[in-house]
Amino acid sequence: MTQWLNALPTLITFAPLIGLAVLLFLPQDKTRAHRMVGIAGTLPSLVLALVMFGRFDPLKQGLQWAQSIPWFDIPLGLINRQAPATKLVFNYSMGVDGLSMPLVVLTCLVATLAAIASVYVKQRTKAYYTLLLLLLVGMNGVFLSANFFLFFIFFEVTLVAAFFLIGIWGFLGREKAANHFLLYNGLGSGFLLFAMIGLLLLSGSLDYATIQQQAGGLVKQVHLLEPQQVSLVWLIFISLIVAFAIKLPMFPFHSWMLRVHVEAPTPVVMIHSGVLLKMGAYGLIRFGVGFFPGLMDRAATVLAVLGLVNILYGAILAFVETELKRVLAYSSVSHMGIILFGLVAMNEAGLKGAVFQSVSHGLISALLFFIVGSLYERTKTTELNELGGLAKPMPILSGLLLFGGMALLGLPGLSGFISEFMAFLGLFQERPVVAAVGALGLVLASAYTLRACLKTTFGPLKERFSDMADVKGWEVGSLFTLVFLIVVIGVYPAVLAYPMEQTLEVILAGIGG
Amino acid sequence: MEQILLDFDLRVMAPELVIVSAAALLSIIDLLLKESRSRKVIGWFGLAAVVLAGVFVAMAFGHEPYQILADTYRIDSFSLMFKAILLAGTAGVFLFSLASGKEEWKSREGEYYYLLLTALLGAMVMVSSADLITLFVGLELLSLSSYILVGIRKERGEANEAAWKYVVLGGVSSAFILYGMSFAYGLAGSTNLFEISRRFAEGMGGSGHLFIYLSLFLMMVGFGFKVAFVPFHMWAPDVYQGASTPIAAFLAIVSKTAAFAFIIRVLLVAYSPLMSDASWMEVVSWMLMIVAALSMILGNTIALRQTNAKRLMAYSSIAQAGYLVVPFATIGLVPFDLFPSMLFYLVAYLFMTFGAFVVIEFVTKDRGHGGISAFAGLSRRSPWLAAAMTLFLISLAGLPLTAGFFGKFYLITSTLFNNQEWLAAVMILTTIVSYYYYFGIVRQMYFLPPYSDQKVPVPWLATIAILLGVGGTIGLGLFPEPLLTFIGELDWTSVLSIASSGAPQ
Repeated sequence: MTQWLNALPTLITFAPLIGLAVLLFLPQDKTRAHRMVGIAGTLPSLVLALVMFGRFDPLKQGLQWAQSIPWFDIPLGLINRQAPATKLVFNYSMGVDGLSMPLVVLTCLVATLAAIASVYVKQRTKAYYTLLLLLLVGMNGVFLSANFFLFFIFFEVTLVAAFFLIGIWGFLGREKAANHFLLYNGLGSGFLLFAMIGLLLLSGSLDYATIQQQAGGLVKQVHLLEPQQVSLVWLIFISLIVAFAIKLPMFPFHSWMLRVHVEAPTPVVMIHSGVLLKMGAYGLIRFGVGFFPGLMDRAATVLAVLGLVNILYGAILAFVETELKRVLAYSSVSHMGIILFGLVAMNEAGLKGAVFQSVSHGLISALLFFIVGSLYERTKTTELNELGGLAKPMPILSGLLLFGGMALLGLPGLSGFISEFMAFLGLFQERPVVAAVGALGLVLASAYTLRACLKTTFGPLKERFSDMADVKGWEVGSLFTLVFLIVVIGVYPAVLAYPMEQTLEVILAGIGG
Repeated sequence: MEQILLDFDLRVMAPELVIVSAAALLSIIDLLLKESRSRKVIGWFGLAAVVLAGVFVAMAFGHEPYQILADTYRIDSFSLMFKAILLAGTAGVFLFSLASGKEEWKSREGEYYYLLLTALLGAMVMVSSADLITLFVGLELLSLSSYILVGIRKERGEANEAAWKYVVLGGVSSAFILYGMSFAYGLAGSTNLFEISRRFAEGMGGSGHLFIYLSLFLMMVGFGFKVAFVPFHMWAPDVYQGASTPIAAFLAIVSKTAAFAFIIRVLLVAYSPLMSDASWMEVVSWMLMIVAALSMILGNTIALRQTNAKRLMAYSSIAQAGYLVVPFATIGLVPFDLFPSMLFYLVAYLFMTFGAFVVIEFVTKDRGHGGISAFAGLSRRSPWLAAAMTLFLISLAGLPLTAGFFGKFYLITSTLFNNQEWLAAVMILTTIVSYYYYFGIVRQMYFLPPYSDQKVPVPWLATIAILLGVGGTIGLGLFPEPLLTFIGELDWTSVLSIASSGAPQ
């Protein structure tokens, strides 16, 4: 039993491959079967992730269910004559800690719901679900790997899978969106690769634990290093930040993400906005704050200002946009700024807020894009000016949209509130001015969310929408799962906060208090 | 003691002897066979010879370095490893040629197969000799055979044009190499690389100093033509496009590998005294690094604008040549750094390029033109073929779980370990540029509607060839360990050792 559990991270990651294998043997035209297998294929991961959540020991520090198997190594005798016996070791290391655990649960949940929401995908369903399951493998792998090399591989798997999902099943501008996605994220991976090899150079192994020891030690004694090494450390750090800033996305790098939000099929946007963007936040915390606390501290001002730009710029544009998906896309930009705020605060409240915001925004945007997908299926438009009065024909959907909006703008009692509150609390302790200006974003958030919700659900009802059917049972079920979780986190945040305490303590100890 | 020919153990030359006797035998069989008979049997026989030679090479691994005939033929880790790559590549090309039918030039099919063998023989001589004369003979044997192979579809205008360009530029490059060799000989008074090295060591700093560099640069220019790096790359796109696809694959894989082996051997052995010289780092190393960077940048950016699949592969191969020059440019003081990463990349390159060429051949043949739009909607016509091609392209682009990713990762790692951050940055950035055109084909296959509903016909032999490519590409991507260990444990210093000429133990 324990033996079996030890492989839990591996099992969660690769469980979707069962569904994927079954899919490959189904004939092309059995759409219903593809759908069933596709949804069922995400379930083993979800169940295992919940088991993991249940059995996670919040009092233990470090990785749980850690597993490390030697994968391959590069003999170093030829490269470095000074140390002929050493070699670069690459391990297959998996494990989970308080930081990744909530994100894994989020990933599995959003993936299952996205698979359900994909009912509206009608073409080439076999390939669609195959790629969706592959994407799930990649996402879980990203959060569950305990080795940078492995992380990078899974990171790229998500890139390739998402490229196809956007480019084949998206809306009109899908190809352009897929290209943008590929090139921007490719650039990000390039920086990541550079940082990875740099870290390899510094620490000789890419296991998180080793890097933390080696690189952390190096960075703490920056004044003792040779100038060349100092510049290398800075190069690595900046590459890391840029790589994840593109993924998050941080202000000047956000254009690809808008396209994807608008052009990708809505279930993929659920995953994209709900999980893929969070990989950026995860990377910044795990690698930026975790490995280079000293440098992060020095870069904090710049990042805080960029976070501020994210918040305000996103919020203002979300207020001006007239298309629902674009409004939500800009609101994502704005909310990612809040994650940055939490991050650069570099204290317990701030980091907790950043993780909370990741999970909470993941749930909320999954909810909202699920709704947008269902809405589009009925109205065939997401232009705010063409919508209106939908509360009458579709009371449940409209109600849920309003609920999602409330969660998004941070209504107390819902998950959005607690996460924004903590992120801002953290930053107020460190940089009160930036935080105060950033708080304006919260005001704007109320404005743009309410505007979007009201324009959709209230006002005069358009003739052609009058006999629209409300959401079906399975949609209600999925949506209420998300609603339930948003409320639970909002009312009882300890469910999320407690497991991550030990992990954050370790990170904070690295920062040095 | 004077040695005569019979004092040497000629059995060590078994791989070459197999190839040369097969080529001779096949040319006679070709004459005797009736005009109407299919020449496929010659191809199968040739493939068998290549495999047999491969077995001999495999058996020779692990012995002490050994040389016969005053270093004109050497057996060391270097020659064996490169020979293994050459044989594997040629075997693939044989399989590929047998799979793709050749109605239009059936009468010359026999010729085609034994010329492939002689080209291979030339390449094998190039990797296993440490004497300028034999090196040059090998080079010419490879080149002359390839000129004919490129132009063998003589009814086609583009094949003629390709062959013509290849002959002229190839001739020029041979001339450069020969001219460089003549300076080396003039300075050292010997064609033996070890002897040259000794004389160069004595002559460094003297009046001959400049001429030593001159000879090196001239040889580099010729080498540049052969591997097609910038600025000597212009012939590649036309030749790749005009030649039949198996021959394009042969040029990209076998010919290039042999040229790399040639220049590495010459540089490491004959010019080793220069490496301890400060001007090496300042001049040669920098020159090579700039050439590598330019190849990567130009190859990858010009490829963006290509609409013909084979031209695209040609520019991609120019870029790949740039990546391959990198370890070689950064060698500096520890010359054996370059082998593991370079060889791994060569092996990876072999699998993915070969696979991509096979798919291109059958897809473009089915469509009737060589544009990348021939790939439109392939995922709906032949999903498995499209998946295989995607894998090869992903590998060429250097994305994970493929041999290409790991190869590039290894190259970039060694570059960073050699403190060339800017070059590593160029490698990474150009790789990202390359995503765009590799994924351009992917886009055609998956995003666009097909031009017909018919499956693309792929003969079973080609299926085997593609599966080999897929196996190698994924296998090395997931489990690089065996190859890494194997390459890592070979004794690379044996390149420099003046080996005994006794019988191998």
